[in-house]
Amino acid sequence: MSVLEITGLRKSFLQDAGRTEVLGGVDLVVGEGEFVSLLGPSGSGKSTLLSLIGGLEGPDAGELRIAGELAGSRPGPAAYMPQQAALLPWRTVQGNIELALRIAGREKAEARRLAEEGLQRLGLERYARAYPHVLSGGMQQRISFLRALLSPQPLMLLDEPFGALDALTRQEMQQWLLSLWEQDRRSVLFVTHSIEEALMLSDRILVLSTPPATIVRELQVPFPRPRSEKLWSEPRFGELKAELYAALRSEH
Amino acid sequence: MDSSRLPLRKAPGSGSAAARLRAVWPPLLVLAAMLLVWEAAVRLSSVEAWLVPAPSAIVQDAWDARERLAEHTVATLRLTLLGFAGGTAAGFGLAALLHLLPFVRSGVYPLLVLSQNVPLIALGPLLVVWFGFGLLPKLLLVMLVCFFPVCVAMLGGLRGGEPALERYMRMIGAGRWRRFISLELPGSITHLFSGLKLAASYSVTGAVVAEWIGSEKGLGIFMLLSSKGFKTSLVFAGVAIVVTLSLLLFAAVTEAERLTVRWRPRKEGTE
Repeated sequence: MSVLEITGLRKSFLQDAGRTEVLGGVDLVVGEGEFVSLLGPSGSGKSTLLSLIGGLEGPDAGELRIAGELAGSRPGPAAYMPQQAALLPWRTVQGNIELALRIAGREKAEARRLAEEGLQRLGLERYARAYPHVLSGGMQQRISFLRALLSPQPLMLLDEPFGALDALTRQEMQQWLLSLWEQDRRSVLFVTHSIEEALMLSDRILVLSTPPATIVRELQVPFPRPRSEKLWSEPRFGELKAELYAALRSEH
Repeated sequence: MDSSRLPLRKAPGSGSAAARLRAVWPPLLVLAAMLLVWEAAVRLSSVEAWLVPAPSAIVQDAWDARERLAEHTVATLRLTLLGFAGGTAAGFGLAALLHLLPFVRSGVYPLLVLSQNVPLIALGPLLVVWFGFGLLPKLLLVMLVCFFPVCVAMLGGLRGGEPALERYMRMIGAGRWRRFISLELPGSITHLFSGLKLAASYSVTGAVVAEWIGSEKGLGIFMLLSSKGFKTSLVFAGVAIVVTLSLLLFAAVTEAERLTVRWRPRKEGTE
């Protein structure tokens, strides 16, 4: 069974000039344990799509199912990691993780135990009692990822999680996420506008068009796992990059 | 690295004791110099004591009247604290209620902001007409004075959350009540404290004015009677106590903020 199944999804918004169609019939599927990247030019409705998956808004037409359930039928159907770490400044690192787990329905003691174990497993336990503002941007995103990873939902939504980081930190974080994800393959929908990032991490890449957005290209990433940074120097990597670049270009 | 060694930022208003001392002594020195000049001016000139008493005379007369002064101070302090507690609690409660009822809020909030320009103290005589000369009209006046700054500051704070945090909380399924408790309420604490500081400054003044309008006890009535009896030194003593009470209450709120807000506030230097 696919964890996320979207068919014929349409959404438009009222704007000063009239209705603007943002999503013009999107079909996509994320399978069990699959890492799918959604690649699109800015303003291509990626965050609208995520809002619809999260049930913050309803679609105009089409259907979204998360683990078989219609989107909107249950609050918080997916774990979520946004571009800004979105850690509550008045809660410690551990307090932030616990809160997310509590909202996802865990018991208090259980949430505490999971948070402690998770921090330990990732070697981050020394930050457990720190407040977010003392952490670097990269470290905040690690905590944010761990928080999503520990959440019990079957699907993880990662919304340009490294978009605000500098290039070096970004690469480091990609490798870190890659190694973690390869350990316990969760189903991931990863939104990005970086072609390299999508190629490095995903099993499959979907290219979104400009609004009204549809999926214009689908690419199965052929590289075996576990992957490493060596991928960058492979000729096939360069070819696929050029191919995706062309697909995105034609959409601008 | 141990978390205790992380470069945790200090909460606003804190600092080492030595740094605080360095900041405190210059104004104290100026204050002392002013008092000296005052004392010298009174002694060297032939100004009457009922017009401008010397600081030493004020201290002497205040000491002689210490029992009466203490009695009146306690009455004023009681009125101030009761009014402060009641007014700020009401302001906090109404702000929370209005925030959770957006439709009512949109009608009431502009009026609340406008009402900040109403000289509440002018309502005093009206309150006496309605509620007589007991504790109630005085308490209501102090409460009113404390209510508005807290209510308006809280409403602003509850609204002013970060959209990214709001979106995150909604995406992971946090309902209305959960967002209020875990996101909006803690997010508005710095606003709450700026409202509380205003209320602390206003509350003592409010209590003194309330006592002018009608009272048997309290620094307000004490100062009024002393001035009518040309005991100017005791008026000065009353003023000094009122100022001290105001500063102490303000300091208490500031300290409470320092102890509560242990994370860096989102916007530094809000008010």
